[in-house]
Amino acid sequence: MSILVRNVSKRFGDFTALENVSLEVEGGSLTALLGPSGSGKSTLLRIIAGLEWPDAGEIVISGEDATALRPQRRNVGFVFQHYAAFKHMTVRENIAFGLKVRKRPKAEIRRRVDELLALVQLEAFGHRYPAQLSGGQRQRMALARALAPEPKVLLLDEPFGALDARVRAELREWLRRLHDEVHVTTIFVTHDQAEAMDVANQIAVMNHARIEQVGTPTELYDEPATEFVMSFVGEANLLGGKWVRPHELDLGHAPAEASVEALVERITLYGFDARVELTTSGGEPLTVQLTRERLRELELEQGQIVWVRAESDRVFVA
Amino acid sequence: MSRLLARIGLRSIMLFYLAAILVGPLAIVFWRTFEDGLGPAWAALTTPETINALKLTLIITVIAVPVNTVFGIVCALAIVRRRFPGKGLLNAFIDLPLALSPVVVGLSLFLLYGQAGWFGWLSDYGVQVLFALPSMVIATIFVSLPFVAREVVPTLREIGDEQEQAARTLGAGGWQTFWRITLPSIRWAVTYGVILTTARCLGEYGAVAVVSGRLQGQTETATLRVQERYEAFDLAGAYAISIMLALFAILVLVAMTVLRPREEAA
Repeated sequence: MSILVRNVSKRFGDFTALENVSLEVEGGSLTALLGPSGSGKSTLLRIIAGLEWPDAGEIVISGEDATALRPQRRNVGFVFQHYAAFKHMTVRENIAFGLKVRKRPKAEIRRRVDELLALVQLEAFGHRYPAQLSGGQRQRMALARALAPEPKVLLLDEPFGALDARVRAELREWLRRLHDEVHVTTIFVTHDQAEAMDVANQIAVMNHARIEQVGTPTELYDEPATEFVMSFVGEANLLGGKWVRPHELDLGHAPAEASVEALVERITLYGFDARVELTTSGGEPLTVQLTRERLRELELEQGQIVWVRAESDRVFVA
Repeated sequence: MSRLLARIGLRSIMLFYLAAILVGPLAIVFWRTFEDGLGPAWAALTTPETINALKLTLIITVIAVPVNTVFGIVCALAIVRRRFPGKGLLNAFIDLPLALSPVVVGLSLFLLYGQAGWFGWLSDYGVQVLFALPSMVIATIFVSLPFVAREVVPTLREIGDEQEQAARTLGAGGWQTFWRITLPSIRWAVTYGVILTTARCLGEYGAVAVVSGRLQGQTETATLRVQERYEAFDLAGAYAISIMLALFAILVLVAMTVLRPREEAA
């Protein structure tokens, strides 16, 4: 159930959506396509689903060349940002759709729909219409509908983008658990790096129609390959032309080797961690992450002048 | 208080307008028809010429409405969902029947199918188009062409194509997607389009008047018959046929309302 994207390019008029993109997704993995809007991530997902045609390149789904296959022959499940619920059908009919068009026996359809309603916790809502559901429920219904025909791969296009923060966090957690249960190869598109880090076990970071880096969340955070990945995945500071993560900075009351003078602008506490926002004497904004203990040791206060020192930093060669 | 007055005032104006323009004339027609009881009205309706005229109008409507419904849906799908050269032209041409006077439509058909016209040779093979059912059907189709497409286009735009894409990824082919997803989503637009088309077909006068030749008992539709009776000073006959036309129209409206299933909260 692996997915292979090989040298795919796609243009819309003058706009290059994808430029020679290659990506390998292992069977059973949960992969995020992460990037700002216009980076080409949705286009890539839609090309894998067969909803767009690449100008060049190949799509291979579990060893089979799918480039010329129509979407209905690819056996993929697709979940849209705005649910794409069939408004004139009940929840049950929505979920049964993929099975009905495959002419499965009625009893089998009923059993499978019951199973999926339980899986997405919508047992009590089978006879409602989509308009009578909340956004989160609609998206769970859309997921059940996509899973019903037992697709080889599950593709989700900004699946939580239209939901409010609390529901989004809930569904995120739920998608991860679902993936542990169902084990279908899953790719989801997001522009939210926290969401990608939280849910995926592999992330492909996209920017300007290209893939910048593919790796686990830890790899991307600890060993970013490019300046873009450094700045887009996790927080990053630019200090004297070098990139450094907030937790890699330390503060002191006296100048030390290679330290920079800065003014404490704001101190915020987050659970065990503290974030200190500063402005260097050169006018650069900085964010430093400290433990509470360290904060207490330093007896830091707003308006103080301190010395910032990087414990490690990176330089990217363009 | 002033808002209440404004509302009452607005309502009165609206009701008065409707009464003066719509209900009044209709009521007079009804009253005149049954002025002398049911007998004369019934007698006027059951002459062979009138029965033939009503039958002809129904036949033309029954052919023209399905043809224009299919054409309208296909056109709307092409305009909203496809990209092709000449799309703007198609979009503009669909409205042509609304802009053209029906008499002009009739005349152009006359020129096209007449002895010297492009399709004049058809009569050499025994296909009688002018002064017969074919030209009347063509004229009616022409004048009632835009309604279904014009109703369906905005609805198709509004629903977008995500549901159709979802159906595709779930394994549905083109036909299945159309029957199970697209058509149910646009059914109300199609319904209203069909009502308007039917009304237009029943009421068509100008184009049919030109191409039919108005042969009594043969190519005379109900509206032509009304005019004929009126000119023959048979007002009771004219009124009776008018009532029948109005009843057909009301019947269509009622049928659509009854057929309309309980609308799910959308």
